[in-house]
Amino acid sequence: MKNRPSFLTKLLYAILLPVFLLALWETLARQGIISPHILPAPSRVFFRWIDYARPHEPYDAGKTNFIAWFFSGELPHDALASSMRVLGGFAIGAIPALVLGLLMGASTFIYRLFNPLIQILRPIPPIAYIPLAILWFGLGNPPAFFLISLGAFFPVLMNTISGVRHVDRLLIRAARNLGANGHTLFLRIILPAAMPYILTGLRVGVGVAFIVVIVAEMIAVNSGLGYRILEAREFLWSDKIIAGMITIGLLGLTIDTAMSRINHHLLRWHSGHE
Amino acid sequence: MNDAKNILSRSPQVIIKNVDKVFSSGDKEVIALKEINLTIYSGEFVVILGPSGCGKSTLLNAIAGFSLPTSGKVYANGEEVALPGPDRGMVFQEYALFPWMTVAENIAFGLEIKKLPKQTIREKVDTLLTKLQLLEFRDRFPKDLSGGMKQRVAIARVLALDPPMMLMDEPFGALDALTRRTMQDELLRIWLEFKKTIIFVTHGIEESIYLADRVVVMTYRPGTIKQIVPVELYRPRDVSSPQFISLQKELTSLVMEEQMRFRNEEMREPGRDVSEREENEQVT
Repeated sequence: MKNRPSFLTKLLYAILLPVFLLALWETLARQGIISPHILPAPSRVFFRWIDYARPHEPYDAGKTNFIAWFFSGELPHDALASSMRVLGGFAIGAIPALVLGLLMGASTFIYRLFNPLIQILRPIPPIAYIPLAILWFGLGNPPAFFLISLGAFFPVLMNTISGVRHVDRLLIRAARNLGANGHTLFLRIILPAAMPYILTGLRVGVGVAFIVVIVAEMIAVNSGLGYRILEAREFLWSDKIIAGMITIGLLGLTIDTAMSRINHHLLRWHSGHE
Repeated sequence: MNDAKNILSRSPQVIIKNVDKVFSSGDKEVIALKEINLTIYSGEFVVILGPSGCGKSTLLNAIAGFSLPTSGKVYANGEEVALPGPDRGMVFQEYALFPWMTVAENIAFGLEIKKLPKQTIREKVDTLLTKLQLLEFRDRFPKDLSGGMKQRVAIARVLALDPPMMLMDEPFGALDALTRRTMQDELLRIWLEFKKTIIFVTHGIEESIYLADRVVVMTYRPGTIKQIVPVELYRPRDVSSPQFISLQKELTSLVMEEQMRFRNEEMREPGRDVSEREENEQVT
């Protein structure tokens, strides 16, 4: 037991460096060595973050219920707006990608038909579509959805294709030997066998969608976390920029953790999982 | 217990007629099987024995319908083989269990394909789980099973469909020696209880004598039938009995002749042993 550090020791190690850096940062900022416009003290960022998150109307039980009031601040609205865009754009991009990926993986004909076009389009970063997206869809949610779905599309597509193409031939033989064919073979063998790849694609796709939503909000929309930190820059509110960035980080972490939990559950049969 | 003498009174289960199988890769052609003629009778335990590259798996795949012969015909259960089917249940060396299904789900799979009522499926699965001593593993995933357990599940999955015959492609090749012997005894028990015809491919000489009514020794490339050796020993067979040992000597010399040809060809043209790999690519 001596060699295994206790939980408290591990916690101590984990927070040692962050606490030291925060203390250093706080000191430098308070001494005026760094301009607060460049790097405001962490305490200022923290209070700004609270201010950004808290409701600004006083609580009135007659007008609204507590939960609605509690989340009436600017931050919850921004986080919700960004999340909805990620979710919507992701669905628009991932579902067709999944269907096309399954078809391309299963049929050599469809693969040969689509693959050259996809190889040409795939290296174009979704962000490069911004000018075209604004020309086509104007400003607001439509170009944002377009860009986000584009970001989610390719990771899901590519992973689904390789998932289907990497299905162990032996499993297909075994299933055919047991009488499976056609859509039964596809739904009960190929799809689940490809699932580890597909889920990896979905996870990467959500990650890209989350990057793209911030960029899209900086350019095409006037709500959401991406919009908010750009707006803060115009007022030189560096504390709010950092508070917004932290929020983006937390939201990203939440989304990724949720995806990871779902993967873990769906792949509990997989040898990589315990 | 000695079934070899009763062969003539039984009906043929598999008839292999003038079967040739040629794999081509680029400009090279490999004759995997040449002029194979073999009749396997109902209830018989036939072991196909030979060194690697002799086409024994190719022959099994032709019976299973995974890879049809280039010429000649294979009849199984009275019909010409054209496709894989559940009447010729296959057990693979690599188990080929569906990893996302539990033990019970794996065994139920073929029955669900047949769209049997849920209750019937449950009963059949429970019976097989009991008979193969898998009951306590029913809700486990394959990744949590040992090799021997996995192969029991694979056998149960095939038995669930009650096929008249089982095709087994080096099923115990990946097991350790003790587990292998346990599984061989288990298989003989199953063979007697379920009255299946078994066609079993191996390169294990002792294994072939331990299990078979007849051992079909194959030649190395082109794969032909070198000799058919009946094993007229009572079961359970004593591997240390003089009769067993003399059979083992006889079969060893037959197989070693082929093994030497394989070695010599390897020395002349290393990496020429491509038929197994090619087959995997060409089989659907």
